[in-house]
Amino acid sequence: MSLSGSYHYLAVVLLMVTGLYVVMVNTNLIKKVLGLNIFQTSVFVFYISLGRLEGGTAPILADELSRYANPLPHVLILTAIVVGVATTALALSLVVQIHRAHGTMEEDDIDDREGGATIS
Amino acid sequence: MIPALVDHLPALQVVTPLLCAPLCVLVRPGRAAHAIASFGAIASLAIAARLLAEVLDHGVLSYALGGWAAPWGIEYRIDGLGAFTLVIVTTVAAVVFPLSRASVEAEVEPARRHLFYAALMLSLAGMAGIAVTGDLFNLFVFLEIASLAAYVLVAFGRGGPAKLAALRYLVAGTVGATFVLIGIGLLYAATGSLNMADVSARLPQVQQSTALKSAFAFLVIGIAIKMALFPLHAWLPNAYARAPSVVGAFLAGSSTKVAVYALIRVVFGVFGADYAFARLSVDWVLLPCAAAGVIAGGVVALFQSDVKRMFAWSSVAQVAYMVLGAALASAAGLSAALVHMMNHALMKAAIFLALGGIVYRTGAVSIDALAGIGRRMPLTLAGLVVASLGLVGVPFTAGFVSKWTLLRAALQGDAWLLATVIVAGSLLTLLYTGRIVEAACLRSPPPGSVSTGTAEAPPGVLAALWLLAGASVFLGLDTSLTVGVAERVAGALLESAAGRWR
Repeated sequence: MSLSGSYHYLAVVLLMVTGLYVVMVNTNLIKKVLGLNIFQTSVFVFYISLGRLEGGTAPILADELSRYANPLPHVLILTAIVVGVATTALALSLVVQIHRAHGTMEEDDIDDREGGATIS
Repeated sequence: MIPALVDHLPALQVVTPLLCAPLCVLVRPGRAAHAIASFGAIASLAIAARLLAEVLDHGVLSYALGGWAAPWGIEYRIDGLGAFTLVIVTTVAAVVFPLSRASVEAEVEPARRHLFYAALMLSLAGMAGIAVTGDLFNLFVFLEIASLAAYVLVAFGRGGPAKLAALRYLVAGTVGATFVLIGIGLLYAATGSLNMADVSARLPQVQQSTALKSAFAFLVIGIAIKMALFPLHAWLPNAYARAPSVVGAFLAGSSTKVAVYALIRVVFGVFGADYAFARLSVDWVLLPCAAAGVIAGGVVALFQSDVKRMFAWSSVAQVAYMVLGAALASAAGLSAALVHMMNHALMKAAIFLALGGIVYRTGAVSIDALAGIGRRMPLTLAGLVVASLGLVGVPFTAGFVSKWTLLRAALQGDAWLLATVIVAGSLLTLLYTGRIVEAACLRSPPPGSVSTGTAEAPPGVLAALWLLAGASVFLGLDTSLTVGVAERVAGALLESAAGRWR
């Protein structure tokens, strides 16, 4: 496989690693959620590029078309995008509630104020 | 049951709780929602029991969803392993949901109770889906349904700390799920199929492929995050400790078991033991992680002052036991893992229910708050102790059966070091159970405590607690139910995996 045929995988890996790095390193909760989104998007790109075919068109039944892109990964990733949106919505609503309760979105500050003493 | 419905039991297993969820939201008052959730859980158990009986009698059940045939349509495929997992999950749900209303009412705001029950139902539907589906992408979707509902359930705990625990659970869980998604994508790229049986049949033609190896790695790591296998366990202790007690009981009893099921399904069912163990030597990763988890989980649990968190850490250790059994890759090890799945589900659910009862009366579950509780809540404490002794593996409890089969499996494989770890883990469990008993029975209650007379956990919670604790003792005496079934299931799994690669 030549590099020109698989450069999209490079983009996928770059996005994937960036996203994962942001999730792991940042202490700001909003940035963590952003990183999570970048990470998930890399997988969407991976699936979509998987189904592409050189010169292939959308799978429409017509006499003049003969090369089709594989629609299955595209359909699958639609579901994964929906899951991603739901996850992001839930994450953001949790961040709002954390901000209300603690007055900050920095993980380090929250840990300090909690002091490990609050047991409910 | 009506004959026409019986054919559709695999679908009904998922659809019943899935339909109960919106119903809970629509009816609104907490009590009505509770009735619907209870119905959903009990109906699910009935369906699961019927499916297990059916599978044990007639072998694997295949159900084409919407009438689309297998490799193209989504197939629900229920074998012994799936049915066994279904029975575990639905048993915990059917005991916990109907009987623990008082505990929910004490810990969840009145205006949100119907939503709480809806989330419980969604989580149950997702877990049931994981166990019935024979399609890899469908597995991912159900994994996320179960997980999203679980994040919400954890966030129902009081105050900011519960929300933070839920968010951390969400971040870890989503990274895990995305790893699973990458793995499924790579597997699809290598084989061109998503149906587990179809993928499994096509694998020998592409066994040299690097994509296949990375697919395996992504899937195993993703599922390991979901099941909180040491060292990927960081999300679990706070999530279980901050969640309402009922959620702790349900999730600790079921969600990690379902992840263990997914691991066994992917490693043995899809890739096959020969590929995973002989070619990729995955046991060299899983066994050390599991052994470290048993010891680390036990040691950290020993030094916790919050009892809920103590038992959450103990879950990290117990999940490691199950992985240890599965990673031995022998029929004995696999059946030990399955037996421990069932037994641990019952015992851990009982323990969290007991803690819920204690929270109901005292409002706290720190070791100090437990002082003198033995005199005020003797029955609740006795239930807690019986379940904890099961966790230790004292003879005549279910825990003994699972630890014993696990130990025998380790010794069969001449793994003396692992056998030592198994015994050491049990001793650690004994030590932290001892701390609780010491505080509850020997220390005098703190001065100025709420009441001096007996004030047990609410009757429903107490009944559920004793039902589970009693079941764990019963399964310790009559092993044919768990060990018998588990051995058949494990044998079938290894048999179907063997020979495909030669």
